[in-house]
Amino acid sequence: MSMSRDEIFKNVQEVLVEALGVDDDEVSKESRLMEDLGAESIDFLDIVFRLEKVFEIKIPREELFPAETIMNNPDFVENGKFTEKGLSELKEKMPHTKLGDFETDPDINKLGNLFTVDAIINYVDNKLNAA
Amino acid sequence: MRWIWIDKFVEFESGKRASSIKNVTLAEEYLHDHFPGFPVMPECLMIEGMAQTAGILTGEAKDFQEKVILAKVNKAVFFDYVCPGDTIRYDAKIEMLTDEAASTTGEIHCGEKLIAEIDLMFSHIDRNLGGKKFPKDNFVFTDTFKSLMRGISTGDKDSSKNATEAD
Repeated sequence: MSMSRDEIFKNVQEVLVEALGVDDDEVSKESRLMEDLGAESIDFLDIVFRLEKVFEIKIPREELFPAETIMNNPDFVENGKFTEKGLSELKEKMPHTKLGDFETDPDINKLGNLFTVDAIINYVDNKLNAA
Repeated sequence: MRWIWIDKFVEFESGKRASSIKNVTLAEEYLHDHFPGFPVMPECLMIEGMAQTAGILTGEAKDFQEKVILAKVNKAVFFDYVCPGDTIRYDAKIEMLTDEAASTTGEIHCGEKLIAEIDLMFSHIDRNLGGKKFPKDNFVFTDTFKSLMRGISTGDKDSSKNATEAD
């Protein structure tokens, strides 16, 4: 199934409206799932389930929203901040996500800010359109 | 006392769908307060009934090895009242089932009449993302809950996986 980024966005928007009970005009490409749209832990699974259904793809655990395995590794996190090693692990695990400011202030409490609508679109785009 | 809001299962297809019924009677105290002179079954209790139906369906799919906890009410829309003397039927269906969670859809009917649509999510709490630990003992699926399934066949797990969807 091939789909343009705009079509992917429309579908992702619909998924988030249903999963999080937000209005569609609240969901922009820049929206952060937790901070802006109020997503909690179970919502991430809900979102993954819905994305799998809508786009007919399989999303392995920790692929779209990797957090658990990275955060629980002492090599990657030290005193509540990501280490150099942790950051490069994040980059490798989350090629669909721009780290941006997080690289200069890799506070683990801000990890949630990386989970954005744009990251979901990139992820789905890769899955659907990668040759 | 356990908080049981279904009377028995009437259909069960392992890992796919299950149906239970509840008889609503004025012998239940809450109906006298909800509301005096106008007894109707509270909607929150119907959500609980669906959570028990869908929760047991989810638990049985993994042979009751997981602790299945209601994590999210995705949808709960009610169309009509349920009154003393009514028998309501909960039909629950598994939409997704993974190692860590399940999502279900469901409907409540009274006879032919659609009473509600209720979609839920369940978490297998021992596999929660926060890595929290819970007691070993499965405090969710006690014998009381399992007794609701007496006399009902859950179908053969392997054959039901290969069977095509009936509805």
